[in-house]
Amino acid sequence: MYSETLVSVTRLSRYYGKLAAVNDLSFELRRGEVLGFLGPNGAGKTTTMQMLCGTLAPSTGSIRIASVDLLERPREAKRQLGYLPEQPPLYRELTVDEYLHYCGRLRGLSRAATATAVSRAKGRCGLEGCGSRLIGNLSKGYQQRVGIAQAILHRPAVVVLDEPTVGLDPIQIREIRSLIRELGEDHGVILSTHILPEVQAVCDRVQIIHQGRLVLNENRQQLAQRMGQCVLRLGLRRPPPLEVLEAIAGVRQVEALPEGRWRLTFGEGAGRTEELAVRAAEDDWGLFELVSEQRSLEEIFVGLTCGESFAESEPSAEAS
Amino acid sequence: MFSIATRELRSLFLSPLAWVILAVIQAILAYVFLIQVEVFLQWQPRLVGFPGAPGLTAIVAAPVFHTAAIVFMLVTPFLTMRLLSEERRSGTLALLLSAPVSVSSIVLGKFLGVMAFLGCALGLVALLPLCLLFGGSLDFELLAAGFLGLVLLVSAFSAAGLFMSSLTAQPTIAAVSTFGLLLLLWLLDWGSGTGSQGAGVLFSYLSLLTHFESLLQGIFDTRDVLYYLIFTALFLLLGIWRLDSERLAP
Repeated sequence: MYSETLVSVTRLSRYYGKLAAVNDLSFELRRGEVLGFLGPNGAGKTTTMQMLCGTLAPSTGSIRIASVDLLERPREAKRQLGYLPEQPPLYRELTVDEYLHYCGRLRGLSRAATATAVSRAKGRCGLEGCGSRLIGNLSKGYQQRVGIAQAILHRPAVVVLDEPTVGLDPIQIREIRSLIRELGEDHGVILSTHILPEVQAVCDRVQIIHQGRLVLNENRQQLAQRMGQCVLRLGLRRPPPLEVLEAIAGVRQVEALPEGRWRLTFGEGAGRTEELAVRAAEDDWGLFELVSEQRSLEEIFVGLTCGESFAESEPSAEAS
Repeated sequence: MFSIATRELRSLFLSPLAWVILAVIQAILAYVFLIQVEVFLQWQPRLVGFPGAPGLTAIVAAPVFHTAAIVFMLVTPFLTMRLLSEERRSGTLALLLSAPVSVSSIVLGKFLGVMAFLGCALGLVALLPLCLLFGGSLDFELLAAGFLGLVLLVSAFSAAGLFMSSLTAQPTIAAVSTFGLLLLLWLLDWGSGTGSQGAGVLFSYLSLLTHFESLLQGIFDTRDVLYYLIFTALFLLLGIWRLDSERLAP
């Protein structure tokens, strides 16, 4: 059902002098998808976002937004775009209403359409009470919301958000995240961030970019498989010798943690938890804790961006 | 394009700077106006006898417009300095560039916005000589030629300022360089007396001042009008080109 391709990027590169900020990047975004764009600082995230939104011209490659070529017919393609840059593009001297009206008109909405769009966007971003307040007097979180309202105002097919939750308090972060999830239902959303839990919380698909190259492009299930390879943490009051634990079928690695806890890494698939519990009870190890640990996105991220390939360090993950 | 212009105008009127500038312009020119009216009243008895003597318009309006030109040269850089540099600094340029508008309509919108404001200022200036209608009659053709010259001059100033603003993210730098450029072009005429004949003619032609003065004297020459139009168009094009090249690969 979500077959419509909204963004298709083909072999995109951007050079700053000799430095390739983005190098041969290709990806697609479909309607109803939230795409998380991850990468360490300076990986080329913002450059890619800027190229997607037409504020920066690519050195080579093509971008199609809702099957309109951004470089050939920029005005048509940009109609389908909503963009929140890293720094929200706000005019501090305008009120929220004035600003949003201006944005609507700028996006080519008619006067009447702008009025309805503004009230809808305000409702969606929780800005109902602030229409007549000066943007410069709003708190950072509210300014960020105005930035998001601006990006979704004209109901674009594609919403590009560059680090939308930076500088917000935890409650605002949660609200913005649920807003992003909501947006993902009927738009295509590209979300750039370096906050990993955010990606896990809201994204359907994750792309990790490193030194201008795409190093990972997986959807939620594939990622869950990567992360869900079985790591169990045991708490034992009367632990057996290390050799016994190592000898358990399927265990690849045993790690002793402080306070009587152990971390067992299994070679393949989950589902060993039950056996382990039975074994612990039979042999009277004094089991007081049994937690299934997920390999965190952080570990994957670090693995991919610190030079070593994930596949090499964890060959079994691909097989499972 | 027009929404950009309206936003620009609105922002200008929301800042105290615009009001201060309007007040300063009006105060200085009102003073000059009063002096010239006084001069006219002193000269009037002696002028009556001469055929072809300068009239009310020539004695009052021309000096007012001439002073206005200098005042506008001083204040336009302050109005144009923020046009693009501020957008760049506050990150709102991304909003404009990601919106479905072309770079040329961004630049033209900005230009129209600041010209609308300067139009208000110019309108107020024009009211000074027009209020003489209460007690006398004016030479409207002479007045119109002078006012046209002033409008053209101010649009040339703003186009230059807009271009300078597109070069930098610092409004002050834009203001200072605009002012420097305008002053240089203004003073270029001084160099025409010295040096070789050819260079003198060229300098005199390039000067912003010479073309304005002939219009002030009521001489409507298409070459003068074209000079300003080309000057304005050139700097607008440079601005568009500058903003466009920013997106492109270096």
